[in-house]
Amino acid sequence: MANLQSEFVGIKSPNPFWLASAPPTDKEYNVRRAFDAGWGGVVWKTLGMEGPPVVNVNGPRYGAIWGADRRLLGLNNIELITDRPLEVNLREMKAVKRDYPDRALIASIMVPCEEEAWKAILPHVEETGADGIELNFGCPHGMAERGMGSAVGQVPEYIEMVTRWCKMYTRMPVIVKLTPNITNVLYPAEAAKRGGADAVSLINTINSITSVDLDNFAPEPMIDGKGTHGGYCGPAVKPIALNMVAEIARNPATADLPISGIGGVTTWRDAAEFLALGAGNVQVCTAVMTYGFKIVQEMISGLSEYMDSKDMTSVDQLVRKAVPNVTDWNQLNLNYVAKARIDQDACISCGRCFAACEDTSHQAIAMSEDRTFTVIDEECVACNLCVNVCPVEDCISMVPMEPGTTDPRTGKVVDPAYANWTTHPNNPSATAAE
Amino acid sequence: MVDDVFTPGIKAGRLEQGAYAAQFSDLHPPLDGHEALVAADRCYFCHDAPCITACPTDIDIPLFIRQIATGTPDAAAKTILGQNIMGGMCARVCPTEQLCEQSCVREVAEGKPVLIGQLQRYATDHLQQQGIHPFTRAEATGKTVAVVGAGPAGLSCAHRLAMLGHDVVVYDARPKPGGLNEFGIAAYKTPNGFAQDEVDWLLKIGGIRIETGKALGDGLTLAALKAEFDAVFLGIGLGGVNALGADGEGKDGVTDAVDFISELRQSIDLTTLPIGRDVVVIGGGMTAIDAAVQAKLLGALNVTLVYRRGRDRMNASPFEQDLAASKGVRIVTHAVPVAVHGNGAVREIEFEYVDGAMKGTGEMLRLPADQVFKAIGQTLQGDGLPELDGRKIAVTGAGRTSVKGVWAGGDCASGGDDLTVTAVAEGRDAAMDIHSALMG
Repeated sequence: MANLQSEFVGIKSPNPFWLASAPPTDKEYNVRRAFDAGWGGVVWKTLGMEGPPVVNVNGPRYGAIWGADRRLLGLNNIELITDRPLEVNLREMKAVKRDYPDRALIASIMVPCEEEAWKAILPHVEETGADGIELNFGCPHGMAERGMGSAVGQVPEYIEMVTRWCKMYTRMPVIVKLTPNITNVLYPAEAAKRGGADAVSLINTINSITSVDLDNFAPEPMIDGKGTHGGYCGPAVKPIALNMVAEIARNPATADLPISGIGGVTTWRDAAEFLALGAGNVQVCTAVMTYGFKIVQEMISGLSEYMDSKDMTSVDQLVRKAVPNVTDWNQLNLNYVAKARIDQDACISCGRCFAACEDTSHQAIAMSEDRTFTVIDEECVACNLCVNVCPVEDCISMVPMEPGTTDPRTGKVVDPAYANWTTHPNNPSATAAE
Repeated sequence: MVDDVFTPGIKAGRLEQGAYAAQFSDLHPPLDGHEALVAADRCYFCHDAPCITACPTDIDIPLFIRQIATGTPDAAAKTILGQNIMGGMCARVCPTEQLCEQSCVREVAEGKPVLIGQLQRYATDHLQQQGIHPFTRAEATGKTVAVVGAGPAGLSCAHRLAMLGHDVVVYDARPKPGGLNEFGIAAYKTPNGFAQDEVDWLLKIGGIRIETGKALGDGLTLAALKAEFDAVFLGIGLGGVNALGADGEGKDGVTDAVDFISELRQSIDLTTLPIGRDVVVIGGGMTAIDAAVQAKLLGALNVTLVYRRGRDRMNASPFEQDLAASKGVRIVTHAVPVAVHGNGAVREIEFEYVDGAMKGTGEMLRLPADQVFKAIGQTLQGDGLPELDGRKIAVTGAGRTSVKGVWAGGDCASGGDDLTVTAVAEGRDAAMDIHSALMG
């Protein structure tokens, strides 16, 4: 079995699976059980400043959307940072770290945007023996209204400033947690780097309303007839998170900035995808809130098996493996031509490809009297919609055309040479390929 | 001594007092709300779906399943009932494994079809249990139609005619409407008085009057009906039962399976319903299976179903055959009855094995029997009927008979399978044709 030992900004853990700062990591009882279950690290639920802790609502904190059989696809929450006193959390963190020295323990922190506030809390955290800190600049609800969380994460100058304070007042590695509720994730990522951050972690939750109660005409989750936007997470947000991770990983200014990948990681495969796109490790929350701590066993066995199948002996070999293949649209090869092919033996004749193509795409699938579905190459643009709506895996595939053959749709011979939009004759700003 | 399964002869109360309810409970318990959502989610919403083509009433199955999946089962019920007013009964008795579910692409791909029948029941039950009748009558046309036979064909025809604004009188020979739904289907397929509930619900459309105890040749003549009404629909089913043609057929204990099924359905206390210890059912259709299974459920020790051809030729579906086998019914094939033995009452029945050409092989089989049910097919009964095609009323198009102004549908009419759902379709289509003819 592949060795999953992980080292992220100098922090060692037996595997790259950490629990994200969230309800599962709010107290000693949970974190001990998480470590016993096999989690490599834990980002302790966000600590606030000394004094009376925040209070949470006493009604529903979570809203959800479901797939068939009530499979949870997306979860949102309006919970705030820890509502337990700072000293209790610090005491428990210290006890846990003492008993689990091989596991990563990170403290998530959110205090007001004042130098004194950060300067005050950091020594207390350091005292626990924590391996690092994560700056919560992502929480999009509740705390943002008080000028913290995503209110900071949305202003690159604040990110840079606070990061710099933290680097100044602690020796611990500083991970800056980014909010996705922005226009371009590179601005906050670059700001974190300028401030001296050791790493960024992303994504935090996405502002959302999960559903509307159509009897009471109020958003869910509903508290006494009213609702508010909450942070969205779970499998549904993974594609958004993957893109933001990849953007930072392939951006020259941030390419060397370590990333802790967060957002819908549910299985080993999700984790592997984040790693391939540039994350050094991953953080998990919704999946454990849905299924419990035990899922880490599947993640460990799955990632090991996958790495063995690829002859990879360390997680580092997987990290960034897909980054070179993430590019801009204008770099895609316009001379690449593919056509859909339907495997008639696998086809169950449901006709979904036909309905999708005929009603909404290129009228490139023919249907016979006996329900045989075939691709009309003269019309097919290889858009992939038929593949996406087909209920049978691998029944429809996109087969590249051999260079030198003629595309019956355009009547043009498939050119073996690479050519993209930047040199295309239809592009008014095209530069001639000399 | 209390009678039990070993007591010889035809006896009631072979089982423990409390056992009957479980024996005759729903064959397929209804889906609950969550089960229905999960089952509905398996539907692929096929383009031009094969299940619709396979349904004799052309129910838009993907649409109604999507309506269930999106939390609107009453809308689903309207989709179903708009095509098939007895969608509730059909959901229970249709051989779905040979119709919609056989053609389901997931049956073809995985051997596990979407549970169309059970989903249909979920939707129709949801609406009907609220007492909602979703259809209203069109403006009165002043036309009147007589429907003879209050079975699935007749009631379907009557409902559609009433909906279109005509006034309908439905005649039936039996004391209650419902036809085979009420008298001819195994109790475990439609428990808890569903057949009558469905009739009551159907009649909420208004404009339909039921007159029981009247049949062609028993208070009615086709000529008189034609004279009194603007149109006549015949949905009289098959009232006669074929004879065995075996020696000693008249002995006590040898009866028609349809009468046994009817008696069982009308029984208010199954503990008082007598059944033999050794029961032999002769036939290979649904009636034979229903009788054999119910004989077993009533506590018969041995039930043997004997059919003259192979299992592949049985009219009863493989599902029904398997059901019978699972209940402990022994199925004997390639044998025809030649003699019923016994002194007054049947003691034994003797069969001869036959080859594929129905030629006797000379090999005999004797089965002990204190009760024999004949289920070798029913025949059309009645005088002065329109022209026949073979043994049924000849029809063309949407049930037009040789007599102008007279339509026919269901089991009594030529063409189509003898299924509830086919009868409903034929009644509905005849009603539309009658409407066109009357409104010219």
